[in-house]
Amino acid sequence: PSRPIPAPHNPHPPQTPQVDGNYCLTCGSDKSLKLWNPHKGTLLRTYHGHGYEVLDAAGSFDNSQLCSCSADKTVALWDVATGQVVRKFRGHAGKVSCVQFNEEATVIVSGSIDSTVRCWDCRSRRPDPVQVLDEAKDGVSSVKVSDHEILSGSVDGRVRRYDLRAGQLYSDYVGSPITSVCFSKDGQCVLAASLDSTLRLLDKDTGELLGEYTGHRSTTYKLDCVLSEQDTHVGSASEDGKVYFWDLVEVSRASSQILVPLPHPTPPPQPTPTSPQIHVPPLARHTPRSDSRLRHHTGSSSAKSF
Amino acid sequence: MAAESSDSEEEDLVSYGSALPALQEGERIKKPVPLQEQTVKDGKGRYQRFHGAFTGGFSAGYFNTVGTKEGWTPSSFISSRQKRADKTILGPEDFMDEEDLSEFGIAPKDITTTDDFASKAKDRIKEKARQIAGVVAAIPGTTAFDDLIGPSKITIGVELLRKMGWKEGQGIGPRIKRKPLRQKPDPQVKVYGCALPPGLSEGSEDEEDEYQPENVTFAPKDVMPVDLTPKEDVHGLGYKGLDPTQALFGISGREHLNLFTGGSEKTSDLLGDLRHSKGRKLGITGQAFGVGALEEEDDDIYATETLSKYDTVLKDEEPGDGLYGWTAPKQYKSKKRFETEVKYIGKILDGFSLASKSSTYPPPDLPRDYRPVHYFRPVIAAGNENYHLRKALEQSTGKLENDTTQQSRHTLNASQRRDRLGETVLKGPAPSVLEYLSEKDRERLKEVKQASEQQMKVKMLPQQSQNRFQPTSANDAPHKWQMFLGGQLANAGSSDFKPFARNPEKQKRYESFVQSLKQGQKDMLEHYLDPSMTEWERGREQEEFFRAAMFYKSSNSTLSSRFTRAKYEDDVDKVEVPRDQENDIDDKESAVKMKMFGKLTRDKFEWHPEKLLCKRFNVPDPYPDSSIVGLPKVKRDKYSVFNFLTLPEATTSVTQATNERIQQNNNLNSKLKPSRWDVSDKEKEKKDSISEFISLARSKVDIQQQPPVPMTEECGTETNETLPSEVGTWLCLNLKGNGTFFFLQKKKQKKHKNKGKHKNKKSEKESSSDTEDSSDSLSDMDTTENLLKRSQILQWITRT
Repeated sequence: PSRPIPAPHNPHPPQTPQVDGNYCLTCGSDKSLKLWNPHKGTLLRTYHGHGYEVLDAAGSFDNSQLCSCSADKTVALWDVATGQVVRKFRGHAGKVSCVQFNEEATVIVSGSIDSTVRCWDCRSRRPDPVQVLDEAKDGVSSVKVSDHEILSGSVDGRVRRYDLRAGQLYSDYVGSPITSVCFSKDGQCVLAASLDSTLRLLDKDTGELLGEYTGHRSTTYKLDCVLSEQDTHVGSASEDGKVYFWDLVEVSRASSQILVPLPHPTPPPQPTPTSPQIHVPPLARHTPRSDSRLRHHTGSSSAKSF
Repeated sequence: MAAESSDSEEEDLVSYGSALPALQEGERIKKPVPLQEQTVKDGKGRYQRFHGAFTGGFSAGYFNTVGTKEGWTPSSFISSRQKRADKTILGPEDFMDEEDLSEFGIAPKDITTTDDFASKAKDRIKEKARQIAGVVAAIPGTTAFDDLIGPSKITIGVELLRKMGWKEGQGIGPRIKRKPLRQKPDPQVKVYGCALPPGLSEGSEDEEDEYQPENVTFAPKDVMPVDLTPKEDVHGLGYKGLDPTQALFGISGREHLNLFTGGSEKTSDLLGDLRHSKGRKLGITGQAFGVGALEEEDDDIYATETLSKYDTVLKDEEPGDGLYGWTAPKQYKSKKRFETEVKYIGKILDGFSLASKSSTYPPPDLPRDYRPVHYFRPVIAAGNENYHLRKALEQSTGKLENDTTQQSRHTLNASQRRDRLGETVLKGPAPSVLEYLSEKDRERLKEVKQASEQQMKVKMLPQQSQNRFQPTSANDAPHKWQMFLGGQLANAGSSDFKPFARNPEKQKRYESFVQSLKQGQKDMLEHYLDPSMTEWERGREQEEFFRAAMFYKSSNSTLSSRFTRAKYEDDVDKVEVPRDQENDIDDKESAVKMKMFGKLTRDKFEWHPEKLLCKRFNVPDPYPDSSIVGLPKVKRDKYSVFNFLTLPEATTSVTQATNERIQQNNNLNSKLKPSRWDVSDKEKEKKDSISEFISLARSKVDIQQQPPVPMTEECGTETNETLPSEVGTWLCLNLKGNGTFFFLQKKKQKKHKNKGKHKNKKSEKESSSDTEDSSDSLSDMDTTENLLKRSQILQWITRT
């Protein structure tokens, strides 16, 4: 059962729901974030306060706080209930393209087009980041945080994993600009989507390639990729307006078996040609109104990932 | 003459205060009088004494003795025999001092504006009071005559308002149409509390009739200040004693008074009233407030019971922010009624009509390809070929008139405006002497100039060919660069970029250089270079300038906003470079192509997380002892070759041996300023063959001083002091410059070593002059004498 969200705010791809799957958070180019009830399709709250389009958002583990990042170079920490901005972190030199809480929502990790990942402290009133990870040579397009790791994918074609516990930085070269990275739920693998229309499943410890998933199209835009709750499926958005799912294991044997492409109800977004020197492609920019509807897929195991 | 002038000078000068007495010779500057000895005198030279703030500051004269030593004495004693009759009547002023009558005294007699001269802003409170007094007075309306008789003094503001149609008693603002007001309050309602004077508080409202013609407008109501009745009794605030008449019959005393004027019919009225009042309860207005001594709750003794305190309807809470309770301002409480009631009846612009209802419109639907960025229309120059396009554009923007003169008025310059206005050219100094010359003379001058220039060139050429170290011929360089830069030069050398800020002279040269470059004066470029420099150095600098001009051309453009700040400061010689670098992407590229992910594509670095970050992640700090954050970094020379080259490690026994010797000699040379090479020896020793060379060279110098040398004492000490540091500075210099020079120098050094005495004098001189020119600091060091010495030493070394 899919229910389109009557979203008049031109959202970017829907954000990960807050942990328990009861909420859905979208962020849009109308400078606002919207919190939805995915089951009823009702709008719960709108968060205003960004000066430019909101590029990414995430929720804390206890659903009490949100963090978002925007093209206005700021990272904001929100209070869910009051709808007020609790903190605003300034320091990035460019659009902030991705943002994540750590496990306890004490640190916000944000990646920006300025090729840095910045870790912001939510506990203290410190205005500057706790640490700046400036190893990337190009814009950081995706950031994920586990209990002791920070995973970042950059347009320079590398997936960097900062292991806080071991004090090591592992840099895996993929070659093509990375659009999205994510951990597997068992914490053994890293999934990286890149602009050569390929998802790669890499072994976290050795960096070896475990699987390649192709068939979708991703050449221009920053599209997300996910692993399902039980690590059984790999999902990715595609520029043809569909959502692709692969069986995680099947693919590792036979090459690229698309399990099911889910069509979007609206015509695919026509990517406006961008100039070639832009390294970080814009987040999939759904053109206003015509295809501003999002599909929220419920019922399947992979639903929670979207 | 002189005296007169000084007099006039004195007259011109304005002096304030009293001049200090001129010090006489040998006189000492007086000590300041201590505080306890300082005295205060009044205007008449009498001492004053401060005796406390409560008694008015300074005492009167002789310490409370009315200004005289003896105390008060009569102002004059007059024999009572003659003048008994005219008694002088003494007022209080006779017993007062002048100080008391002064501005700050107890009876100040300062000049004040009397009522006649005071500006007549009508004192509303006074007015009101008088009005009330007039009403209350025994003969009502008597005060009205005051207004008639009194002179009319009107302030300018009131006068202006009157001329604009304002009348007294009206409010200010657009005239309004007022619908019939709510009904008058029911007279039967019992009134508690103080009754307001009748006919005053609600007067203006009461006066309004039910009759409301359609197209009659009213001036807005004037805002009246709060009534303030003068308090004349000794009762408490707001207290109104029980009125016996009202208490008995419930009729006002005024009506009672009117009995006499009214006549007989009023008496019947009175009786009727009496009769009538029997039917209802006798109201008691007024109150005696306060509580008895035995009563406990006396906290709210001023409480008045009014009906408005009670809710009559069950309703929701007042909308709004809850700032006001039941005392909310009127417009706050009954906003809706107010909106419908009041309409704007002012002059409405032609073509507009007053909105019948306020309506909000939904935002327009955005087109599919809408982008929220404004693109400016292309500016189309007024030209024939663009005429149609321009016309179309103008039509689309609604500007049909082709009034270019109006539009471009501000873009014209002075001469263009002058032409348009038909003014004559201002006469001023001619731009150049050349203008006064005739055409023929000018031609001739030009020829002479060209000829001389060519001669110069011919002269210069052999010089250049002599100079072996000429990098490029200085003359064709500008042309080459000019071609390169082309139009980009327009922005070069803008004020905010100072590539040579460390050397102000050089910066100055650079700026003027760029200026001339912009104007296209290629042959003038040489003039801006330092004439004291050699040809070679000049050529170098010129090239440097060109490079700088090219690099910094985009400084003021918007491009600069796209770049982040430099990671390293410009004037720091050493930079921090990450120890480990992700490199050899080519290998990885091929590995990715072969899908050989794993070791080939993976880089592993030591990475130090911030302590606080570990804390927040609940992870123990992996490097609890290190203070490093991020990737470990190594200090390296900024422009060192080693940042770009990876030389194989040179671990020869020679270097080790020499290094040991250096260690020893460093102790001996400790008084010398250590060069950077000495400092970084340990660091460098593993990797560079150049350092090997240097240490060799230095050791040779040092060897020279260890054994008893067959040389004069003087010579030995001198080399001891100069040579090692010389080597250091040489190389430092090279590092600051570019790489080519570096290697050049190195080679030369080798030449020294190999050739020894066979070197001819000419080349020595040449090289010495070169080094001299390459830097200002070197100029006095590297003399031919030193070189000679060095060659001697080297010769000695080779012999042994």
